Amino acid sequence: MSKIHFAAKLKRQLLFDWIFHKVTWFFTFVVFALLAALIGSLIIGSMPAIKAFGFDFLFSADWNPVTEKFGALVPIVGTLITSIIALSIGIPVSFGIALFLTELSPPWLRRPLGTAIELLAGIPSIIYGMWGLFVFAPLFAQYVQPWLQNTLGQIPGISFLFEGSFMGIGMLTAGIILAIMVIPFIAAVMRDVFEIVPPMLKESAYAFGATTWEVIWYVVLPYTKIGVVGAIMLGLGRALGETMAVTFVIGNAHQLHASLFMPGNSIASALANEFTEADGELYTSALIELGLILFFITFVVLAFSKILLVQLKKREGTVT
Amino acid sequence: MKLQFVFALLAATAALIVTPVTYAADITGAGATFPYPIYAKWADAYKKQTGVRMNYQSIGSGGGIKQIKAKTVDFWASDKPLTREELEVNGLTQFPTVLGGVVPVVNIDGVKQGQIRLTGAVLADIFLGKIKRWNDPAIADLNAGIDLPASNITVVHRADGSGTTFLFTDYLSKVSPEWKDKVGADASVAWPVGTGGKGNEGVANFVKQIKNSIGYVEAAYVKQSKMNYVQLQNHDGLYVIPAEDGFKAAAANTQWDKAPGFYEILTNKPGQNSWPITGATFILMHKSQVNPTQALAVLKFFEWAYANGDEMALELDYIPLPDSVVKLIEDSWGANIKGKDGKAILSVKH
Repeated sequence: MSKIHFAAKLKRQLLFDWIFHKVTWFFTFVVFALLAALIGSLIIGSMPAIKAFGFDFLFSADWNPVTEKFGALVPIVGTLITSIIALSIGIPVSFGIALFLTELSPPWLRRPLGTAIELLAGIPSIIYGMWGLFVFAPLFAQYVQPWLQNTLGQIPGISFLFEGSFMGIGMLTAGIILAIMVIPFIAAVMRDVFEIVPPMLKESAYAFGATTWEVIWYVVLPYTKIGVVGAIMLGLGRALGETMAVTFVIGNAHQLHASLFMPGNSIASALANEFTEADGELYTSALIELGLILFFITFVVLAFSKILLVQLKKREGTVT
Repeated sequence: MKLQFVFALLAATAALIVTPVTYAADITGAGATFPYPIYAKWADAYKKQTGVRMNYQSIGSGGGIKQIKAKTVDFWASDKPLTREELEVNGLTQFPTVLGGVVPVVNIDGVKQGQIRLTGAVLADIFLGKIKRWNDPAIADLNAGIDLPASNITVVHRADGSGTTFLFTDYLSKVSPEWKDKVGADASVAWPVGTGGKGNEGVANFVKQIKNSIGYVEAAYVKQSKMNYVQLQNHDGLYVIPAEDGFKAAAANTQWDKAPGFYEILTNKPGQNSWPITGATFILMHKSQVNPTQALAVLKFFEWAYANGDEMALELDYIPLPDSVVKLIEDSWGANIKGKDGKAILSVKH
């Protein structure tokens, strides 16, 4: 009796396992199917533009809905430049925040500061956009831009980056707002990975007479490099695809300017602005191709970071 | 426990996939964002009176035309009328609903509301980037006695495609051959200079924030956000301010009966009071209706709106159409919108 009961129970459990296995497999498959469907529809949608413009699409700065001549150079450049600005401000600041929180902060301050950073990460991007446009941009135009032009703008070689009138909006503003948006993400992840460094390792280094900086540079960073690169990639991913906040402050002009004070455009904000009223097949198709390019850029960034991680792992034990 | 969990998961997945969607026989429309506030207000009042719901999705003209082609909506709204050929190719008919105006606004130190006078040609040169400073002789000549700063002009335009931009660029194309040649008229164009704001709010904000700037917004926004408008020289050579009378005059000086398919863009119209950048917003429907009851409901709605909606339109700063035009529109329904049997869906008796 009990044997039969046991066999039945076993059978049932095997069935559950089978069902559970299939269900999880199905959910995972859905992700792949979605990805394939997305890429497929992007490619199909951008076919008319690909046929009409070919590779010139990537290098042309034209964007003329009237004559239906489109090129992606301005939005591509805008997306990359704003993301580079965002990371070059965001990485050092986040690194400092994470270090302070894990190594230097008095214990009573850690929790409130950490929570504050997590809260910042949770704020919807449109709030950053509105704040950027209404509060940050006017102050930026009044105080920061004239100062930048008088200092950095006087250095030969890079003075062209700070030319033009002080509008408060433009590529630089968009980059700075993006930096503010990615800092909480990068800082929160960096703090989490710094915290998992075994205290024994750090204390051993301190026992050898290492300074705080040496402990961080030779112990904490090598131990957590994968997490740190991951944090930066997370920030970069957000910066590349950020739409609303950038749309508010970038100036939305399809023009190439050397100066960071001048308005530009990013792929995501061009899509947000123009998709609704894009009439005509070629116009819509050019916008979809922009989406495809953004997809591609994000993919390359991800792939690059994976390769970087593999390289770092290979060198493990030789350099550090 | 585990079994329940698995079944709950399966049930949830199944529910996600096969949830049936049912709607009552409501009217649905999609398209331009500009007329959304008035259509929503009319729909609300109409529902209270008749119980029929009108559901308007302001997804933009581009999405609207796809939906009307796919026949997923009963009507499409656009700020840019289709030409007669475009209407015929797609088997559509169109009619205007309300009027609105586009107004150039400025932010110049020491210049008061409506003080600056501009001609169409000068406005075009500013937006072409040819006139770069406010104290340029071309502007100063029109504004004797006003102290204009020697500052650079910052041009602000719409970043998103919009009927407002279409009217504005259509006007510039009419008054400046160079604009017509280099830029042209469309819902979005390749702007030679300037910064783009998203929506009327975006442009209004940039103009308010950036000193010595000029932009253009829907007339309603000038009132709401207390902006400095300019006086424009109209077709008759007189300087006018953007006001209800000016928009009405432009509509009154338009010969709608001579415009096939109501293809009329009310820019640069003659008349002493006419505001030069006025325009109508349009409804488009299929000429041959597969579902006559649905089409009848749409036409009934607009018949009601023409008869009862003027007050509501004025409250929201839209200008209602003159009665003579409404009569023409309702006559056009009888002639153009038909069921499969070839009978008119609705013949309005005047």
